[in-house]
Amino acid sequence: MAAGQQWVLVEMVQAFYEAPAYHLILEGILILWIVRLLFFSKTYKPHETYKLTEKEKEDLIEEWQPEPLVPPVSKDHPSLNYDVVTGPPSHKIIINGKECTNFASFNFLGLLDSDRVKDKALASLKKYGVGTCGPRGFYGTFDVHLELESRLAKFMRTEEAIIYSYGFATIASAIPAYSKRGDIIFVDEAACFSIQKGLQASRSFIKYFKHNDMEDLERLLKEQELEDQKNPRKARVTRKFIVVEGLYINTADVCPLPELVRLKYKYKVRIFLEESMSFGVLGEHGKGVTEHFGVNIDDIDLISANMENAVASIGGFCCGRSFVIDHQRLSGQGYCFSASLPPMLAAAAIEALSIMEEDPEIFSVLKRRCSQVHQALQGIPGLKLVGVPFSPALHLQLERSSGCRSSDLQLLRSIVDHCLDRHVALTVARYLEKEERFVPPPSIRVVVTVEQTDEDIQKAVSCIREAASIFLR
Amino acid sequence: MTDHMRVLLTKLQSRYCKKCLFAQIYQNAAPNSSLYKKPFSESFEETPLLVAVLTYMGYGILTIFGYFRDFLRHWNIEKCHIAHEREQQKDFVPLYQDFENFYTRNLYMRIRDNWNRPICSVPGAKVDLVERVTHNYNWTFEHTGKVVKDVINMGSYNYLGFAENAGACASAAIETTHAYGVGVASTRCEIGNLDIHEELEQLVARFLGVESSMAFGMGFATNSMNIPALTGKGCLILSDELNHASLVLGARLSGSTIRVFKHNNMQSLEKLLRDAIAHGQPRTHRPWKKILIVVEGIYSMEGSIVRLPEVIALKKRYKAYLYLDEAHSIGALGPNGRGVVDYFGLDPKDVDIMMGTFTKSFGAAGGYIGGRKELIDYLRCHSHSALYATSMSPPVAQQIISSMKIIMGEDGSTLGMHRLRQLSENTTYFRRKLREMGFIIYGNDDSPVVPLMLYMPAKIGAFGREMLKRNIGTVVVGFPATPIIESRARFCVSAAHTREMLDTVSLVNLQTPSSDPLHDGRVMGVRRSRRSVSQLIFYLTDSFMCLHLCV
Repeated sequence: MAAGQQWVLVEMVQAFYEAPAYHLILEGILILWIVRLLFFSKTYKPHETYKLTEKEKEDLIEEWQPEPLVPPVSKDHPSLNYDVVTGPPSHKIIINGKECTNFASFNFLGLLDSDRVKDKALASLKKYGVGTCGPRGFYGTFDVHLELESRLAKFMRTEEAIIYSYGFATIASAIPAYSKRGDIIFVDEAACFSIQKGLQASRSFIKYFKHNDMEDLERLLKEQELEDQKNPRKARVTRKFIVVEGLYINTADVCPLPELVRLKYKYKVRIFLEESMSFGVLGEHGKGVTEHFGVNIDDIDLISANMENAVASIGGFCCGRSFVIDHQRLSGQGYCFSASLPPMLAAAAIEALSIMEEDPEIFSVLKRRCSQVHQALQGIPGLKLVGVPFSPALHLQLERSSGCRSSDLQLLRSIVDHCLDRHVALTVARYLEKEERFVPPPSIRVVVTVEQTDEDIQKAVSCIREAASIFLR
Repeated sequence: MTDHMRVLLTKLQSRYCKKCLFAQIYQNAAPNSSLYKKPFSESFEETPLLVAVLTYMGYGILTIFGYFRDFLRHWNIEKCHIAHEREQQKDFVPLYQDFENFYTRNLYMRIRDNWNRPICSVPGAKVDLVERVTHNYNWTFEHTGKVVKDVINMGSYNYLGFAENAGACASAAIETTHAYGVGVASTRCEIGNLDIHEELEQLVARFLGVESSMAFGMGFATNSMNIPALTGKGCLILSDELNHASLVLGARLSGSTIRVFKHNNMQSLEKLLRDAIAHGQPRTHRPWKKILIVVEGIYSMEGSIVRLPEVIALKKRYKAYLYLDEAHSIGALGPNGRGVVDYFGLDPKDVDIMMGTFTKSFGAAGGYIGGRKELIDYLRCHSHSALYATSMSPPVAQQIISSMKIIMGEDGSTLGMHRLRQLSENTTYFRRKLREMGFIIYGNDDSPVVPLMLYMPAKIGAFGREMLKRNIGTVVVGFPATPIIESRARFCVSAAHTREMLDTVSLVNLQTPSSDPLHDGRVMGVRRSRRSVSQLIFYLTDSFMCLHLCV
């Protein structure tokens, strides 16, 4: 045995002498490097560069004073005291004790007062009770939900629809379900707050383009294309989306959808369309901005809308192809981790959809009223009307701003109070100034519904004119 | 010889006693027992080693099969039911990465029939399910048109049994629908603030024992929209490991630094607090603006109750603020149903922000936040929900008002007290029964959420299906809602359940498929508690000793 071992050793020594020089040098360097790493490298632990003694910690803990949980709110903060509505928020609304004509609720098709809708909701209440007591995955799926989803999909002529129990949460859960860290989203500057929260939750790169400016968008897309050519491997896995609204709630104008579809196919980006204000308003049958422009609905990857405006219920839905929508059933946070929509509200939405399907005349009536109001509100001295003629929710902004947002808001509030005294209900559009990315200028919201008569409109316009002449000189 | 055997048996007993009761069953005895007015007993029995190994093996086999099936689908040997991208968009960047959906395609799809079961009646103690069949292994479902009647509902969050379509609450909701309609079509800030909302908020404040409160239309959104309004950059959020997705989302959206402490572990929380205050913000070492501790009342996947007296003691010592999410515990805990604060007999003013939902114990929908007047005034002006989201539907608000009045006893009857008592009796009875039968049950002895451990992936599907065959509807959860080897079935006890229903449920867990009740076998071998083994040993040794004493 020993002889054998010795023999192996001799061989080793021989090999050592026969090895080329570079080999030996390389091995030597490697061994020295390993020795250095093992024994001589400085371990970097940031928290241990200095260690506090227990006494020092106690002193710091004693000294530390937190800020108050919330900063104090001044008594005359505009959003502190809400206007109280007694009774139903219908066409004749009792606000702060005064009965007024409603120009402020988003009740575009007048379905809040509909007896048919109420009867169906009551029938559902008598069958199912009020709450669902669980999320969709755990015995919270009712046959009413499935029916509403299939009705919505049929109405919009898409493959599938998914409903959420809260309008705000719809687009705010849909965007992060598809777009993750590293993806790119191109958004219009005037996007509403729920879209902004969805973008924030997605952690993707956000690129804003100027409102309705397709050239600006194309410029951004071209820049992105150049970036992609520099790094094709990364570009193959980076998803790109455009998020726009059909009718913008903040500026009351419409997005140029055919142009967007052209850009979609040219630069290979997907489109997410938010149709809260345009669903049940635009188009011959109320199917929204795709019908208005005659765009094929399959060209839009995802349409999201809430059912709280024209449909006069609560909640929201997304519709599109099954390939896209089915994903949200497992990754939409507001869908999986939240209780489902109460069945009576779903039944009310189904009935509202039926009314919309049976009577498409209602949309042309609404369109006529909108242009009537748009016409009448032109030329009020001191106020300028913002919005397209077929938008049902218009904004009245100050022609000349005083420079200070709070004094502008106070002026507008006094106009609104004046109108309330004369039995016309209006409201100042409210925003979270510090949280919004691009705060819209202060404005009064004027909402057109099918229930308003010619006299109502004339009276409202004359009240506003009167108030403007008193307060804005 | 008798003596020798007796000594041997006693030694055996004591050795098993030590091994089983103290080493393998970890009982959370409260270290600061002086803060607790009654015993706090939670248990999370450790996963047996054999079971853990088998579970990993099970997942391994499933993964291999998954790759094999993907391969077959790729080469069109197996028919592919997955939806596809449009032809015109085939050259777009793929919307989903293949590996993201691997779990969904290959594991979730196989047992998908256990979830999203549609129902067509009130989600009460017994529920009617819509029967559905699948002809292609769960890829698509068809409704047969038949209804499975009177399934015992152990899955809905119906703690106090207010999910009903007749009675005082339903009549009040009907009247409100006639008076107000269903929708509101505006935000709280603009013209959506109805008088019924104000009434609701005053009632909730009175119920909780706080100065003021505010109600929102969705429980999930209450968290995700209000935490960002309260904290921001430069603040620290200390959140429990197992917090709900809405709390995690709210904390992320706020932009604060988030640090996670081990589940219900006060030492971990204290260490984080001390380190945070001593070292300040990361890198700049500036002092934190505020520190917010976010905990839940009952954790719905574990069934554990937060150690509130200790958390409040820590919060007072280190001047932090406490955000308590009582989604499951409001109405379900405490002698008066006022939640976990009532359960421990503490002062509601110690909790800075009391949040909860109306979905579970009140049979409605929505959430609330209660606290001091300054806090609520601030939220009225700065909460995302108050300014941008539609307010709560009037009949839903009325349902909450009526059910809350019943719980408080203000409707003049004792129905509220009766239901609260019934719930706590049912909880105690059900938990004790399951534990005696030898199942591993997680959580606190008083929590109406009862997780029963299954561990193996195959048992998740099998348990759900077998229970449904025997007319019991349960909820089973696996990865990713729980850690990968800790899959479980979750029962939600309700005040509407009768003793007979609970007996049926617990006995069914033991029945053999041959439905021979005398043959005390196991359906799928889910009885794994070591305590049952030790009890068996006790029984055997005791009986041996008795025999020997007789001899």
